[in-house]
Amino acid sequence: MNEQELRSLVERMVLELAEEGPARSTPSARTPAEPASGCLEDITQTDLRRQYLVDNPRSGQAFQDLKLKTPARLGLGRAGARYKTISMLRMRADHAAAQDSVFSHVPDEFAAQNGFTPVQTLCQSKDEYLTRPDRGRRFDEQNQAIIQKTFGPHPKIALVVGDGLSSAAIEANAVDCLQAVRAGLKAYGLEGGPVLYVKYCRVGASDHIGDLTGAEVVCMLVGERPGLVTAESMSAYLTYKPHIGIPESKRTVISNIHKGGTTAVEAGAHIAELIKTMLEKKASGIDLKG
Amino acid sequence: MGEQLLSVGIDIGTSTTQLILSRLTLENRAAPFTVPRVAIAGREVCYRSAIHFTPLLSDTVIDAPGVREIVAEEYRKSGFSPAQVDTGAVIITGETARKENAQEVLAALSQFAGEFVVATAGPDLESILAARGTGADEYSLEHHTTVLHFDIGGGTSNLARYSQGELVSTGCLDVGGRLIKVDPASGKVTYVSPALLRAGLRGLPMPGDPVTAEALAPIVRTMVEALEQAAGLRPGRDRLEAFLTPGTRWTPEAAPVVSFSGGVADCIYAPPEHWLAFGDLGVLLGRAIAASPAFRRAGRFRGAETIRATVVGAGSHATDLSGSTIFYRDIPFPQKNIPILKLAAWEEDGTAEELAEAIRAKLGWYADQGGLVQLALALRGEANPSYARVQELARGVVRGLEPLRQAGFVPIVAVEADQAKALGQAMAALVSGPLLCLDGVGVDNGDYIDIGAPVAGGAVLPVVIKTLVFHR
Repeated sequence: MNEQELRSLVERMVLELAEEGPARSTPSARTPAEPASGCLEDITQTDLRRQYLVDNPRSGQAFQDLKLKTPARLGLGRAGARYKTISMLRMRADHAAAQDSVFSHVPDEFAAQNGFTPVQTLCQSKDEYLTRPDRGRRFDEQNQAIIQKTFGPHPKIALVVGDGLSSAAIEANAVDCLQAVRAGLKAYGLEGGPVLYVKYCRVGASDHIGDLTGAEVVCMLVGERPGLVTAESMSAYLTYKPHIGIPESKRTVISNIHKGGTTAVEAGAHIAELIKTMLEKKASGIDLKG
Repeated sequence: MGEQLLSVGIDIGTSTTQLILSRLTLENRAAPFTVPRVAIAGREVCYRSAIHFTPLLSDTVIDAPGVREIVAEEYRKSGFSPAQVDTGAVIITGETARKENAQEVLAALSQFAGEFVVATAGPDLESILAARGTGADEYSLEHHTTVLHFDIGGGTSNLARYSQGELVSTGCLDVGGRLIKVDPASGKVTYVSPALLRAGLRGLPMPGDPVTAEALAPIVRTMVEALEQAAGLRPGRDRLEAFLTPGTRWTPEAAPVVSFSGGVADCIYAPPEHWLAFGDLGVLLGRAIAASPAFRRAGRFRGAETIRATVVGAGSHATDLSGSTIFYRDIPFPQKNIPILKLAAWEEDGTAEELAEAIRAKLGWYADQGGLVQLALALRGEANPSYARVQELARGVVRGLEPLRQAGFVPIVAVEADQAKALGQAMAALVSGPLLCLDGVGVDNGDYIDIGAPVAGGAVLPVVIKTLVFHR
């Protein structure tokens, strides 16, 4: 087919389409799903435990009951050999939320609003934080001085909040959790004291804080590496008399603190009792279990 | 963890008295590095007593010393001592619960039970224990179905409907094997239960009358029809109404699966040769149920236990565990027979003042002639509360329960949602003295709760939830 023929063919087709146009493509047929408000449905709001996509299941109700017990992406159905579009989009949306949570910052006002004392590790940027874990565990002299001034010498308890790998986790849980920790400590006759907020924080920063202050128990709330289930999961790492070089086995950790796991307030109450137990038994981590 | 509790179950029924001992194994089900979640992971019956006839002094009085002797003898045979028992339940069931001295019998048995053994009676709890002892609850969960369980004993049939593992309803009919007793030697009637007179049956024999299986067949047939109507397998509810235990209710609904336990269940599956083998209606009733076309049409689950279902339920399933994050301070355990005060959902959502007001208003409902009584406040709680909300709740509860505390009672709070530790600690800062706050227990107005001493390193409390004691 030469160029001339092709051109005439296209012209003919365009003419045909133009003639048939109104009959063929009514507005409703062309834009079937566009809502009146011009907004698309937010697919991340769907509870995955209740989303069951298999067509014509043999035991649909049984599968749905099973799904309620796990956040895993089960019972998605398929389109040919692939996931359905909704599953693909949701996967990408959740992955994006996880990445966003790693790369975004806890707002600068966060510490001031909640009365926390802000400090920063040796890291100067998110990139450095992600690529140099060692620098996320130490403080420069200026920050060391602030830490020492905040806690004073040999505090019983040093409460620390660190951004870690999820800013979203800290914003969602840290404040409620700390309030519960403080109230719990008070119920056991202990005083929580001031709270330190550490930017670009790794768990090992506890050890440097231990060396700087001689604190008995350092309790650090830190954002967990986000996963596809939630980007808002926080952990608490508690160490009895931490110091640089302390083995990881000496840490006690409470993970999965988020609205779908252990709730912030109940975790806080549990942490308060753990701190009390650690002070009594003078131990943490594996030593506390024995 | 692997901690074990020894649990006793003693069932004093219309016709039989039994005892079992079982081991409950506790296990932390939570992943490492998370908040603990202790659950009962295993239930193993380690001793089953012989099945004794319940000793009676007369038709209305239980022979308490006789019952004590049976229990003492069975303990001796089992090789365990009552002091080793951690938990369990003594339950007086069926017609026996309506005997004059049922309460005294329970009291007389208390020395054979450990620190924390619940003594109770009532058809609701009996229905639940029998169904769980048989495994009807688990079957309904495993098979995603609804099971209607009948525990047919000497004096009553206890009904429990479980759907997907959850209890839906309980009921009680005066249908049982020993409503008429016959002397096997002479073939003469020795006893006719008032329940049959109440049902308005015609052609009832009188004590002393000679009877035959054929003569009793119409009476047995009517009883089976009452069960069929209860299961929604026969239209109408005239028979059901006639046999419904006074003071109870039952709404028939067609159940896809039925199951049977109790002494009569043995007569359904393997009836003895002679109809008077037990000197009562049991064999005839069992045969009639087995022959019922209506029951044959329904699905059937045949459980692990028949005549021992209730006692196994009492020994192995009466005790539950609280949630694993709880708060208690200076509490004398065990706390027994604590009535539940539950607020309406909308009352719970109020401010501290509104909450306190609602609690104080309802405290009065539970006061008797002697004034206030010890009770437990039940709350639903929220799934993911802010700390400010927990504090608000704590203030409201503390203020609301203040009259109770003034009267020398312990503030006890039972929350459904997982927040008892935070709530308890918040309350602890506001009041001094004893305080108990537990979660993971769903209770309702009219229930009673027993709370045992902490187990699993102090992490959890054994609890027994009882529906109305001596329900009438």
